[in-house]
Amino acid sequence: MNVAEKIIEIIVREQHIEPGKVTLDSTFAELGIDSLDGVNILFALEEEFKIDIPDSVAQNMKTIRQVVDSLTRVLEGKDISDLVELAKGGAPAANT
Amino acid sequence: MRRVVITGVGVFASTGKDVNSFFENLLEARSGVCRITRFDPSALSVQIAAEIPDYCPQDYFPPKRLELLDYFTQYSLIAAREAMESSGLEVSDEERPRFGVVMGTGMAGANTFDSGYFNLYAKQATRLHPFTIPKIMHNAPTSQICMEFGAQGPSLATSTACSSSGHAIGAAFHLLKYDMADLMLAGGSEAPITYGTIRSWESVRVLAGGNGDPARACRPFSADREGLVLGEGAGVLVLEEFEHARKRGAKIYAEIAGYGLSSDASHITQPTVDGPARAIRMALREAGANPEEVEYINAHGTGTRLNDPTETAVIKEVFRDHARRVWTSSTKSMHGHTLGAAGAIELVAAVMALERGIVPPTANFTQPDPECDLDCVPNQAREKKIRTAISNSFAFGGLNAVLLVRRLD
Repeated sequence: MNVAEKIIEIIVREQHIEPGKVTLDSTFAELGIDSLDGVNILFALEEEFKIDIPDSVAQNMKTIRQVVDSLTRVLEGKDISDLVELAKGGAPAANT
Repeated sequence: MRRVVITGVGVFASTGKDVNSFFENLLEARSGVCRITRFDPSALSVQIAAEIPDYCPQDYFPPKRLELLDYFTQYSLIAAREAMESSGLEVSDEERPRFGVVMGTGMAGANTFDSGYFNLYAKQATRLHPFTIPKIMHNAPTSQICMEFGAQGPSLATSTACSSSGHAIGAAFHLLKYDMADLMLAGGSEAPITYGTIRSWESVRVLAGGNGDPARACRPFSADREGLVLGEGAGVLVLEEFEHARKRGAKIYAEIAGYGLSSDASHITQPTVDGPARAIRMALREAGANPEEVEYINAHGTGTRLNDPTETAVIKEVFRDHARRVWTSSTKSMHGHTLGAAGAIELVAAVMALERGIVPPTANFTQPDPECDLDCVPNQAREKKIRTAISNSFAFGGLNAVLLVRRLD
């Protein structure tokens, strides 16, 4: 199972949605994933892949493809500073 | 002045998963106390609690919803559903801003804290689940009930230890009385059966032992009482402005006529006589009731060395010669001390006593204590068409809540 498939599997599991509904081009909005669901999915991904996803990167994830691309780079140990830059000024993950 | 009536009741407790079975078991003096099954209690010196038997959360909530609900919130929703069902209410969109919720809890999301901190400290986890905060917060039951039933009116949570739900119901009563709402769901919930919580209570030295005979462990007002038994559960009542209830032809269980509250301002765990006495007098005054009118007291009656004689002195202080005539039972002998749910669960017991004309006993009574010389309705329920009852809640921290209920006829 590649990274993309694993990510989709985790989202399907955490959201309790039908497997066929999630594709690389799905957006969080289309899948009904709200801000709290989002932090739950991030937690599950961090646990599964044993990584830390910085808040600034997390804020920029709006589609499944963005999640896959960002995580692939984190997993391969690549520089993600451009993602951090891009995300500056993004909305907080949840209301407090 | 607007009057407030109770038009729905719900209970989820060790002694019954709905009001009817709960009250029937109380009348039969059946205890809900057992050896703890929620986790392995072998390491504890106190291995008993009033646990809800065979509880399966999946029977009540779909998986995705359940992830956001600690036990104490689950229980509150289950009791709220029964209360709404029994009220026959159908709340219209126009009424929602006049429909609120007030729920109390003492320990809130203890289970979520316990398992989360276990992961953090024992298993060296570096992060906690993101639902930890929305699950543990004291207002989770209030907010989840608001969402489930579309209640958009005045809503809040109370946390005053063992008086939490007494204060919750009192606050809801006054929101209705002072025209800030027409309908309220009010009560409390608690789920304190975790390893960490029971260890904390053990060290206060107020828990009854009784591992060998759990059902008889809690013996309020008896000379050989050994302490309280922790219990879990929830109680929720529908409170409604009287004209609102009358117009829709609602079944009225009782009127809430008085609420009293006070602070001992004395000691963080030891109760006083004066503080609780002032709370009872305040409730009597609001209801315009003479002490002699009260025929039943659902006592705080924890079964600790200290509470029961102090509460006896409180009742004598307020009721004088009438004190020994008024039936005063502690149903905690059966459903345990449910802390922040106690005031609500016990008010439901008092309301059902008015409704059915039969008073639940103090179970497990063995021998009189000269310092607790009230008529505690030992071991046998008693029939009588009573009209007025009060429910006492006295808390660690010295914050007291008393509710007075009365039959309408």
